Amino acid sequence: MSLLKLQGVAKIFGGLHAVRGVSFQVEKGSIFGLIGPNGAGKTTLFNVITGVYTPEHGQILFRDENIAGLRPALIAARGIARTFQNIRIFRAMTVAENVMVAGHHLHSASILDAMLRTRAYETDEQALKKRANELLEILGLAELSGEIAGSLPYGSQRRLEIARGLMLSPELLLLDEPAAGMNSQEAQTLNEQIRFLRDELGLTVVLVEHNMAVVMNVCETIHVVDHGETIAEGTPAEIKVHPKVLAAYLGEDPEKEVV
Amino acid sequence: MRRMLLRSAVGVVVLIAIYGLGFGVEAGFTEYVQRIILLAGVNIILAVGLNLINGTTGQFSIGHAGFMAVGAYAAAFVGVKIAPGLHGLLGTGSVADAVVFNLALLAGALFAGISGLIVGMPSLRLRGDYLAVVTLGFGEIIRILFNNATFLGAATGYFGDSPSGLPAYTTFFWVYAWVAAIVVLIHNLTFSQTGRSLIAIREDEIAAEAMATPTTRLKVTAFAISAATAGIAGGLFAHMQAGVRPEDFRFEKSIDMVVMIIVGGLGSISGAVLGGIFVAVSLELMRDLQQYRLVLYALLLVVIMLVRPQGLLGNRELYQLARKPKPPSTPMEGM
Repeated sequence: MSLLKLQGVAKIFGGLHAVRGVSFQVEKGSIFGLIGPNGAGKTTLFNVITGVYTPEHGQILFRDENIAGLRPALIAARGIARTFQNIRIFRAMTVAENVMVAGHHLHSASILDAMLRTRAYETDEQALKKRANELLEILGLAELSGEIAGSLPYGSQRRLEIARGLMLSPELLLLDEPAAGMNSQEAQTLNEQIRFLRDELGLTVVLVEHNMAVVMNVCETIHVVDHGETIAEGTPAEIKVHPKVLAAYLGEDPEKEVV
Repeated sequence: MRRMLLRSAVGVVVLIAIYGLGFGVEAGFTEYVQRIILLAGVNIILAVGLNLINGTTGQFSIGHAGFMAVGAYAAAFVGVKIAPGLHGLLGTGSVADAVVFNLALLAGALFAGISGLIVGMPSLRLRGDYLAVVTLGFGEIIRILFNNATFLGAATGYFGDSPSGLPAYTTFFWVYAWVAAIVVLIHNLTFSQTGRSLIAIREDEIAAEAMATPTTRLKVTAFAISAATAGIAGGLFAHMQAGVRPEDFRFEKSIDMVVMIIVGGLGSISGAVLGGIFVAVSLELMRDLQQYRLVLYALLLVVIMLVRPQGLLGNRELYQLARKPKPPSTPMEGM
């Protein structure tokens, strides 16, 4: 069963067709890679799926419901969490607070409850703290929970973004270059963590990534875009030798044209 | 249950302490100094309320004098027109006075909060400079409405029906009881899931949206709460003097409020308290300078921005001073 289905999605900025007619399906419980050269439209696709942009054409079906054009907060509440390519943590807040922000669905106490510190508020607050700590544990950030998020090293900030996204209790997790700025050791740990999210938490993961060691290792299906268009889809083994993919990344073989 | 008892006990002790302190202030200081102390309390309420929107949520309002005006006029009107009827029900005496006065203040908060909603709903879709300009405009519109409202005395101001002017309900006790209540309520709000969400909006609105934060609703709510506190301050201010006049709530008043929270440190409740006191005292010291004080305030703001842009406390609270400062948050647009 497909959890996320894009049908002919197009996004146009002025005269620039950032995404043109991209369609793909992400099966529930899979790890799906979205790759392509710089400027291919990968992050734009993420922004269209999460509601930052409204697509000009096409449908985005999440659990068979069209979510194209909904506000980002509503899409997030429906169960799509994401991270950002250029890390967007809440820098002045602590690590634990960053994660707790995403816990609205665990928190039903009203503003008045908060102002008066009622029992309903305290109960919700404890539930938030507990869940946040569990998630920080999973991402290996538990010891840092009291630290100010802006002071963490790069790799930890990326993992904090994942923990924060998980706080939404999502079904689908979109990771935008999670391995960027990580050394090979950290990238290896990230691979294991992504598998853990799928195997143990039952998440479906879509990731945009330039680190091919991560993509080829962890993804089951890879979708390749270039200049906003789909050029290939297949298993890692197929993609590695796909002529169009090689051309997009390395350029056309000039001798081929001569011959 | 035990916690409830404990909290009520603490509350009663604080109120008794404020009550006792009130006697001390009345005995120990001239009326002139007492007035400055009351004004400082009103300022603290204004600053703590404005800090919720300008400091915590990172949305810049420079029109809060308008909400203070709404609260002042509403509380004055209730104190004059509704009070006789209430006194008919409750009788006279200090208890009846207290009930009437607090109802007047709550009416001020309600009207100011509603005008905050009305102003906030369309304008909080704007950011930075645009929002600042819109709030400035609304503040002036509100003042000009009062300037032309004949049933409220128009430009001469509203002095009630009796020759002695508005009933002088405002005392040290009531000012500082409200200061205590508002500081506690706003502090609790700031350090809660709602407060975290407001700070998240300040830090990165796109990320906050992506985390399912209802950003617009929260911004409007914070704005309305902020306006309501300005309304309480306005009500206390109104019943401190013979009457309220539109010119008490000019643009300069909004700027005074901004100075309070910038001096104290945007985002810090304790900083807002210190800033409120600072402005009350410095305004008195600069009384002879009249409108030139604005030049001094402008210079002060420039110096603060150059030397210590985070204000006295930065975004920390007094009890957090031992901690190392938080990294500067995302630079605010329009500042």
